[in-house]
Amino acid sequence: MTQLNEFTLAQARDAIASKQVSAVELTQAHIAAIENARALGAFVVETPDQALAMAAAADARIAKGEAGPLEGLPIGVKDLYATKGVHTQACSHILDGFKPAYESSVTANLWRDGAVMLGKLNMDEFAMGSSNETSFYGPVASPWLPAGWSAEKARAAAATKDKKGLLVPGGSSGGSASAVAARLCLGATASDTGGSIRQPAAFTGTVGIKPTYGRCSRWGMVAFASSLDQAGPIARNVRDCAIMLRSMAGYDPKDTTSVDAPVPDYEKAIGASIKGRKIGIPKEYRVDGMPEEIDALWSRGVEWLRAAGAEIVEISLPHTKYALPAYYIVAPAEASSNLARYDGVRYGLRVAGRDIQEMYENTRAEGFGPEVRRRIMIGAYVLSAGYYDAYYVRAQKIRTLIRRDFETAFAAGVDAILTPATPSAAFGIGEKTNADPVEMYLNDVFTVTVNMAGLPGLAVPAGLSKDGLPLGLQLIGRPFDEETLFSLAQVVEDAAGRIDLPKPWWS
Amino acid sequence: MSVDQATVRRIAHLARIAVKDEDVPHLQQELNAILAFVEELGAVDVDGVEPMTSVIPMKMKLRPDAVTDHAGADVIVANAPAREDNFFTVPKVVE
Repeated sequence: MTQLNEFTLAQARDAIASKQVSAVELTQAHIAAIENARALGAFVVETPDQALAMAAAADARIAKGEAGPLEGLPIGVKDLYATKGVHTQACSHILDGFKPAYESSVTANLWRDGAVMLGKLNMDEFAMGSSNETSFYGPVASPWLPAGWSAEKARAAAATKDKKGLLVPGGSSGGSASAVAARLCLGATASDTGGSIRQPAAFTGTVGIKPTYGRCSRWGMVAFASSLDQAGPIARNVRDCAIMLRSMAGYDPKDTTSVDAPVPDYEKAIGASIKGRKIGIPKEYRVDGMPEEIDALWSRGVEWLRAAGAEIVEISLPHTKYALPAYYIVAPAEASSNLARYDGVRYGLRVAGRDIQEMYENTRAEGFGPEVRRRIMIGAYVLSAGYYDAYYVRAQKIRTLIRRDFETAFAAGVDAILTPATPSAAFGIGEKTNADPVEMYLNDVFTVTVNMAGLPGLAVPAGLSKDGLPLGLQLIGRPFDEETLFSLAQVVEDAAGRIDLPKPWWS
Repeated sequence: MSVDQATVRRIAHLARIAVKDEDVPHLQQELNAILAFVEELGAVDVDGVEPMTSVIPMKMKLRPDAVTDHAGADVIVANAPAREDNFFTVPKVVE
């Protein structure tokens, strides 16, 4: 029999439903897998006692015939979701010791449906990063290895503090992606402000969806950039993502931007015909210096969808190249405002000073890492007197133009858009940290437009690079049409064939 | 546009982040790299374009002006780094 943690989420659900396995057994298998995988650094907190208690309660509900859609399925939670009484620090030093007295709406929805929490997952500090290297708790290693690396060499590198030489899992949801790819959980919550679900999914051969802005409640998620942040799942295949999103999504009166619309059963979209669906291929995504293998992957994706009956059309999204620079005004501006609350008074770290002003400044200097400090300062600058119109208002106008580009394409009958997910495969830990910060930002060049326009975007593995690393394609949909993305992504997943996840060298 | 060292210090103060003298030059360099990156936005014609204020067009929701949840003062101050009874404590603000 397969090891229980090798099940996909759907397989585990079916095994529980047919009484082949209990929630407690399934949870124990995952707890053991997590204990054996500490070298990856994916989890910052393990909650085995809570997991087993939740699993036992799930088994009791199953016995009474009251099972929910995710009953007894163990998952991981990104550290920015408030979990009552459990470490919630967005992997920042400034939130040291913070244990919320409340539960985020998204995780509450998951527990309502029977899911089991295994622990909290590593991430870039306040979700600012594309490699999970800005976490206060240290980097996360991808289970994927650089070409030619032996298990011994990988274990030796993973045992060091900086894990240099191993590959990044992407970010900011690096712990989520690594844990899912390493079969430490059946799925994980993640969040996406500029690509933080889709880029790590692409780097680790997993599937991730950032739904339409407003589809999931942001209540109880540590805020980064409120007009861009959105919750979503990372899982090992398209179906598992669909199952998780159905539970995570839904209207929440506690988030005024949450949308009051029924949540479809996304799983029903899996396997639906895509015949006659119109797929746009935006020419502006063929960026300078794009590696040949990314271009080839994209062309293969086009052929797969065409072969399944889709109609392929070239489209133009003329403001694409402005999305990333505009994002680096809007996101830091909102972050500088959101992160003003960390002042050493109400929660987390406090560093003393001669007066209250110095206490604030010392606390924030020590509590925030360099990338977060940099973004807060950029945000403070672009919002400051005299610069607000030149930077912030202009960026918000450009955002309108970016959204208009998409609306024009959709109005012309395009059902979804196919692009690469990332401009390259995963890079090495430490490879880009000392460079110009902008070099790291370029990772999000294909994903950030989607956040700027509030649209749903899904990353699905589509092949391997010349070094044997996963590469993903991105599908972008109309607002609230996640179902089309799931249908299309399943076609890509089927056509791409099986992409074997790495064997556990880490244990 | 680029920032000089005095501006770096001013921004750091606005952001309430203490900055050591020796950190100012490389911060200046990093901030200028980001500002150079966003420079090309100046080339976009935004005449007559409304700034985006709502990501998904929706009506602002209203709710009754009433207490909906109140966990109690103990819970609210539970995570405070320094407190006395049900108060947050801070260094003296008014002499």
